[in-house]
Amino acid sequence: MFSVQGLSHGYGNTPILDDICFALERGELCGLFGPNGSGKTTLFKCCLGFITPNRGQIRFKGRDMRKMSCREMARQVAYVPQHHTPPFPFKVEEMVLMGRTPHLNRFFLPGSNDKRLAGEAMDRTGISDLAALPYDILSGGQQQLVLIARAIAQETDLIFLDEPTSALDFKNQILLWKALKSVSAQGKTILACSHDPNHVAWFCNTTVVLGKGGIIATGDPARVFSQGLMDKIYRDTCQVMDDQDLKMILPSGLIPARHHPVPAG
Amino acid sequence: MIINKKAFGLALLLCMVGVLSGICLGMGAGRISPDMVVKTISSHIFGIPEPASLPPVLHTIVWNIRMPRIILVIMTGICLAVSGAVFQGCFKNPLVEPYILGISSGAAFGAALAIVFPSFFMSVQVLAFVFGFLAVATAYAMARVRGETPALNLILSGIITGSVFAALVGIIKYLARDEALREIVFWLMGGFYYAGWQDVARLAPLTLAGFSLVWAWGWKINILSMGNEEARALGVNPETNKFFLIGVATLMTAAAVSCVGIIAWVGLMIPHAARMIFGPDHRIVIPASALLGAIYLLGCDTLARNLAQAEIPIGIITSLMGAPYLFFLIRSRGGRIRGE
Repeated sequence: MFSVQGLSHGYGNTPILDDICFALERGELCGLFGPNGSGKTTLFKCCLGFITPNRGQIRFKGRDMRKMSCREMARQVAYVPQHHTPPFPFKVEEMVLMGRTPHLNRFFLPGSNDKRLAGEAMDRTGISDLAALPYDILSGGQQQLVLIARAIAQETDLIFLDEPTSALDFKNQILLWKALKSVSAQGKTILACSHDPNHVAWFCNTTVVLGKGGIIATGDPARVFSQGLMDKIYRDTCQVMDDQDLKMILPSGLIPARHHPVPAG
Repeated sequence: MIINKKAFGLALLLCMVGVLSGICLGMGAGRISPDMVVKTISSHIFGIPEPASLPPVLHTIVWNIRMPRIILVIMTGICLAVSGAVFQGCFKNPLVEPYILGISSGAAFGAALAIVFPSFFMSVQVLAFVFGFLAVATAYAMARVRGETPALNLILSGIITGSVFAALVGIIKYLARDEALREIVFWLMGGFYYAGWQDVARLAPLTLAGFSLVWAWGWKINILSMGNEEARALGVNPETNKFFLIGVATLMTAAAVSCVGIIAWVGLMIPHAARMIFGPDHRIVIPASALLGAIYLLGCDTLARNLAQAEIPIGIITSLMGAPYLFFLIRSRGGRIRGE
């Protein structure tokens, strides 16, 4: 449904991404994982059309996304940025209603149908009781939920999230991943980048792992996150535990005796 | 329901503009009673009562001097406040004003040029307009890199063109004779002394067209204030829309500045006042700014005409009244106003 083929990009003479290829199917929740500087953000921006890659193709439902207009693109793909404070104190309901923008007519007047869809999106993310509050006084977790509700109101089949849990406490991180899981279960494809391998392993049904310059591994996180992979990315800092079909990635040296020692090198 | 409340608020402001203009028409060096004001205006518009039945001095004061002046004041207020709201939305910064891209210095240079070289083929207004627009166009061209115009680049190049034109104004002032220098200084402080119907005719089409366009773009300004990437992801192309909005706002500002000189503070503080009353939605902020700008300038101009024997330049009044207001705003709203 969504595919990236042979995508390469760099700034000046520094290559960031080299020959990236992966594909997502309908209803998949994909974790984009990789260390700092591996080009996650660049890949994201290429997919969203914020920057034009030097080479490669990005296709959605068989169409070249680079040939779509801004408005067409916004009807297909929604983007949830890292939470931030807008300069003006918009209300939560106004923020969510902005998600309807690519569907509005030329006069940009949201109608009753748009308001109903925005209301439903707030219901689904559990923020209906915040509707009348100014967005900028909410906590980081609530702000992130508002931005997700806006993406749902946008009614796209594909949603991109940029490090959605970076500003959240432990409980909110879990709640947010669960919310994403239920949204993807309803048939939306989600690509979320994350710095936490455990989150990807626990909640995503597929993953793309970026290393220096390109993709290191793709596929089911239960298979992908092996000791070998973590060593390749983070060099001797992690230990992968595989208890009762559940993966845990721990700092190495935390449980020295019971498990296999970390291979040297 | 909420929309209705806001629409009612706007209607109330509109009535205030009407009533206030009526009061201001009567005030001034020759005080005229309200019924005579109404009679004079109706004699001009409807021909009742017969224009000849009224003393000619009424026609001169009410219709030929005060009426165009008050209309010009209202339109200037609309232009400056609306373009202030546009600039603040486009730069997603509540502290920018219409002069941020160097339009005031450019216009000042044009005006100074025309004042010092009166034999030049273009008038003060035309030259002020041309150079004001030129300053912004230069800033915009300098800020453009690889098809994008980052806000920081734009503001920096606005400062550059502004300071270049300010230096050029300095040169002209240094070379100017006494009377010309005096005239330049007065022009820089802004004022409506010479307002006539021809100014109204010049400014009216731009004000009406600019205001309607910007109002129609209100929802897009909301989206643009979220930042370039989010705007793009929501289907609003930031480059083309900002180019259009900044262009329209610059035209409106340049037109106002070329007619009445540089009037500070209106474009900065009125959009804030509108947001404090009506909330941040630009579909309401734009018309509210226009009406509040008109009311504020009407008040300031009436003070300028009546406070002292001789007229005080209105730029002085708007600054003196605006500064404490903004101070109050910053203290009372704290981080909220700065978008923190």
